[in-house]
Amino acid sequence: MSGAGLDPRTAPKFQVAARRLVGDAQMRKNVRHATNVIQTKRAKVVAEMPDWEDLRESGRQIRRHTLRHLDYYLLQFEKNCTAAGGVVHWARDAEEARQIVIKLVKQSGPQGESPTEIIKIKSMTTEEIQLNQALEEAGVHAYETDLAELIIQLGHDQPSHIVVPALHKNRAQIREIFQREMHLPGSDFSNLGGTPQDLADAARRFLREKFLRVKTAVSGANFLIADTGGVCIVESEGNGRMCLTLPETLISVAGIDKVVPKFSDLEVMLQLLPRSATGERMNPYNSIWTGVDKTAAGDGPRTFHVVLVDNARTKILADEEARQTLQCIRCGACLNACPVYLQTGGHAYGSVYAGPIGAILTPQLMEMHHAQSLPYASSLCGACYEVCPVKIDIPEVLIHLRNKVVKQQSSGLNILANPEVMALKAVARVFRSEAVFRIAQKLGRLAELPLSHKDSNGVGWIDWLPGMLGGWTQVRDLRVMPKQTFRQWFEAREKAGKKGAADGK
Amino acid sequence: MASEAVVAGAREEVLHRIRVALGFSTDDAAVVGAEYAAVAREYKRAGTLGRGPLLEKLEERLRDYDASVIRVKAGGVAAAIATILGERGKRRLVVPQGLAEALGEPLPAGFEFVVDEGMTTSEIDTFEGVLTASTVAIAETGTIVLQNVPGQGRRAPTLVPDYHLCVVRAADVVETVPEAMDRIARTATLATTFVSGPSATADIEMTRIKGVHGPRFLDVILVE
Repeated sequence: MSGAGLDPRTAPKFQVAARRLVGDAQMRKNVRHATNVIQTKRAKVVAEMPDWEDLRESGRQIRRHTLRHLDYYLLQFEKNCTAAGGVVHWARDAEEARQIVIKLVKQSGPQGESPTEIIKIKSMTTEEIQLNQALEEAGVHAYETDLAELIIQLGHDQPSHIVVPALHKNRAQIREIFQREMHLPGSDFSNLGGTPQDLADAARRFLREKFLRVKTAVSGANFLIADTGGVCIVESEGNGRMCLTLPETLISVAGIDKVVPKFSDLEVMLQLLPRSATGERMNPYNSIWTGVDKTAAGDGPRTFHVVLVDNARTKILADEEARQTLQCIRCGACLNACPVYLQTGGHAYGSVYAGPIGAILTPQLMEMHHAQSLPYASSLCGACYEVCPVKIDIPEVLIHLRNKVVKQQSSGLNILANPEVMALKAVARVFRSEAVFRIAQKLGRLAELPLSHKDSNGVGWIDWLPGMLGGWTQVRDLRVMPKQTFRQWFEAREKAGKKGAADGK
Repeated sequence: MASEAVVAGAREEVLHRIRVALGFSTDDAAVVGAEYAAVAREYKRAGTLGRGPLLEKLEERLRDYDASVIRVKAGGVAAAIATILGERGKRRLVVPQGLAEALGEPLPAGFEFVVDEGMTTSEIDTFEGVLTASTVAIAETGTIVLQNVPGQGRRAPTLVPDYHLCVVRAADVVETVPEAMDRIARTATLATTFVSGPSATADIEMTRIKGVHGPRFLDVILVE
């Protein structure tokens, strides 16, 4: 990822960004096509598995159990990884993680010199900590090697999906980016063909030279295996294997939530993840390695570092109702299933984590200081929960976070800055007392008089309301309040009934 | 060094934050182990297919992901290798140490098989293909598992060349992912690669394209 990243601290509100993005017909068409294809594939390979619900339940329980003993399993991972020749580092926040990686990269060249280039595997965690930009500022260029990430990087664009980051671009747009941005001595990309195969071939040519030449790689991690100290990465293209196998130095950056207790737990995760993420029975390549190979021939990098990143994950862990957010294995199924994501695409979320999982993860990673509009970026329809391979109840967490947002906005002096909260507090006072409620109804009927007009049937309508209330009448008219409220009608009926009874009718 | 001290502090602080967040902490393996043992595992572990249908399923799933499959009887491996390489027009291949022993047959004549004894990446890049044995194959997912053992070797040679010819013994075929994980549990710390078809991507308009960076062609010889 290049340029200024998707940063929740500076991103516009979801509703504002979404309003602009739903106007981008090309983007919506691309997103609709891509999500439809993945959803159909996913449904087919999930239907093949009669034990899918059992796998989901096991996945949920394994992840939940791991989080309950996170310190235990991280220490176990550290011990075993270290014993196998890996070096484990810890980072409290994004800044610390960036500094550690930069330092390790700078030490990784021959004779301890700093390399000017590294190769990189797609990693959401490194996007989250905005690593590429920091490396660039430190004089190191990171080549993204995943095809979609390469498209994003060369196009100076931002990822819009966790698994297929460039799904908002179509082949014509990608061809144009490659023609403009790919430069390699001895290779000419100017007369590039326009089929996906042509474009993938161009990426193969462009990147192979990097794979064979660059000696330092940075990756993320799908799973850290506590009982062996191993790391597992799943991928499709082979770019991951290139980065994990060919360089001299490998630096893997992982959130502290990525650990699983045992090697054998992969038997659950490796069934849930590919089917949910790309609709494949198994993705083309899974790599599992443990530390470094110290034999003479050597298999893979000679130096291996793991950087464990907190960056507010412990804050999420502390919130029992939201803790399940950390069960996420980053499959992206909830994005593909979400009717809101389908309309807005990923960029509206103002974060590298888009869609339903982004709506709960981003505000929490920001410690509820930013991205407060994201918990509202959902219709709470529950489609995300249905497809989640580890059964995160995203709607439940969304409501919990909305509650937190409201509490934060209505506490102390914040209320003065928020007319909506003030108005709702006033409404609450009115609703609390019957007498006040009756007076309010009467006042309301008086107040609406100058705004109302009658249609040809004599029905009163309001088609304009002042100030904040105008949002309602922008797209619909409001009926005037009836002359008689239900209570008044009911009381009148009671009285009439009693009178009737007294008359002996 | 000051920066090292900061990093050491980070470890303690992150662990402290976790313990505060959880409200408890235990380093008692028995306690954690008991809770771990209580995790529900109702999913399918053991396969139910007979030998014949099992191999058919593996073949079907491998083909589904664009791998070619040739079935041979024991003793016919060398001849099959010669036939396939002839058809593919491949002559010069890199092979791991101990391959002939792993296959139980000498390699066929008429080709140049060069043993990887720690080749550089650029050397590996000069070969037309790679020939290996395999550890286990998963029928349900069309997956072949390679580990760094004699006959399979290091990871780079099965990655850099454009063509991979892989020999799978019927005895090493299992139906489910859990069965495969059981088989490699004792060698879990060896470098391990799960291969399911040739490298692929669907990053452009979700169109599946065979072959990006790993081998673009995968042939499998299934030995009964």
